[in-house]
Amino acid sequence: MSKYLLDKFLFTVDRDPELVERYREDPRGTVAMWEAEYANRILNCHDGESSTWLRFDDVEREALATHDYPALFGLGAHPFLTLTLFIAMFERDHEPLGFQLEYAQRLAHFAMPYPDIAT
Amino acid sequence: MAELVAVIASTHHPFFYRASTATGEDRPPFADEWVRKVEAFRETLTRARPDVLVMVGSDHFHQLWLDNMPQFLVGKAPFYDANFYNEEREFGLPRMLFKGQEDLSAYVLREGIDAGFDLAFSNELRIDHSITCPIITLRPQNDLPIVPIYTNIFAPPLPRPSRFVQLGRTIRQLVEAWPADKRVAVIGTGHLSLELGGPRQFGPHGPDPEFDQKAVGWIASGDIEGCLAEVTLDSLWTPGNATHGFMDFMLMMGVAGEGRKADYVDTYDLFHTMEAYFTWYPNGGGS
Repeated sequence: MSKYLLDKFLFTVDRDPELVERYREDPRGTVAMWEAEYANRILNCHDGESSTWLRFDDVEREALATHDYPALFGLGAHPFLTLTLFIAMFERDHEPLGFQLEYAQRLAHFAMPYPDIAT
Repeated sequence: MAELVAVIASTHHPFFYRASTATGEDRPPFADEWVRKVEAFRETLTRARPDVLVMVGSDHFHQLWLDNMPQFLVGKAPFYDANFYNEEREFGLPRMLFKGQEDLSAYVLREGIDAGFDLAFSNELRIDHSITCPIITLRPQNDLPIVPIYTNIFAPPLPRPSRFVQLGRTIRQLVEAWPADKRVAVIGTGHLSLELGGPRQFGPHGPDPEFDQKAVGWIASGDIEGCLAEVTLDSLWTPGNATHGFMDFMLMMGVAGEGRKADYVDTYDLFHTMEAYFTWYPNGGGS
């Protein structure tokens, strides 16, 4: 399990307007492309110097591929990253604050302590 | 020596800019009162007549990332670009540019390291809304050079609350020892109780109004000891999953000093989170 890699996906997609739209429209395809092309890139490092060992497990890949943000919360993905990216993708489909409140509602079954977000 | 002319602690609400500039049907009902409170708060900085601003905040996974995460970082650059694409997108924040007070940055780094804080530094730092929001509220003309100081309140493992207080005390000592004929204000922003990306987010108030009342009491009275007795890294999860930003308020209590009552206190209960504004005049100044 790699909370770090989940966070890296959310972080790198969120900062790229084209990836945000691509992930909104084609989540499964975007996750597959990202895992192949982005997962091992060391950010802020020369392009040629990549890691070799980073990959999602099946549960993580499926959570991302289905836009399942409650599952991401349960896996310990950083809630700020998840919220920011999902607002970017789906706030536009709702009344003001509607998406944020639906988001809270869909997480209502989580009690304290929340899943650990330490990476 | 430099003079510490004001210590200011504030929440940094990214929606203020949009709320305060909205007109007509887009203007939320709470905007006018919010603007009134912010303008009164702004006056507490204006009357201190600072030359330089030391700005304490926290990067929200913008430039700083988990492959290389500093706990405390000081910007040392002649300029700082500010605000990021996702802050424009979500909050409508404008792109900004700040001048840096590079000699004070160098002084804080050298003396801070010698004082026991292994501070990270950045010579090319793009700063985010934890620092741009207080400029928008407190100094919208953006005419003063800054020294940005970032803390990690976001990516565990975090420094403990006592470490934030100690850093605040050290920042005060360094500012007051800086050999320059300058008037310096230290401004830091954090949160009271806050939930982001969790089941208690975006409620009619902050997620834990009881914590907020207690926190305002600690800050307003300068009760560092009482605050440290109750607040731990573990306890901060309870009021809301983003409440570790409160440690930046604790840092500012360290700057202001144990038992030092704030000279100005105001709060504003909004949906999602409570706003809180505090100003101390270390030398009874403001004149």
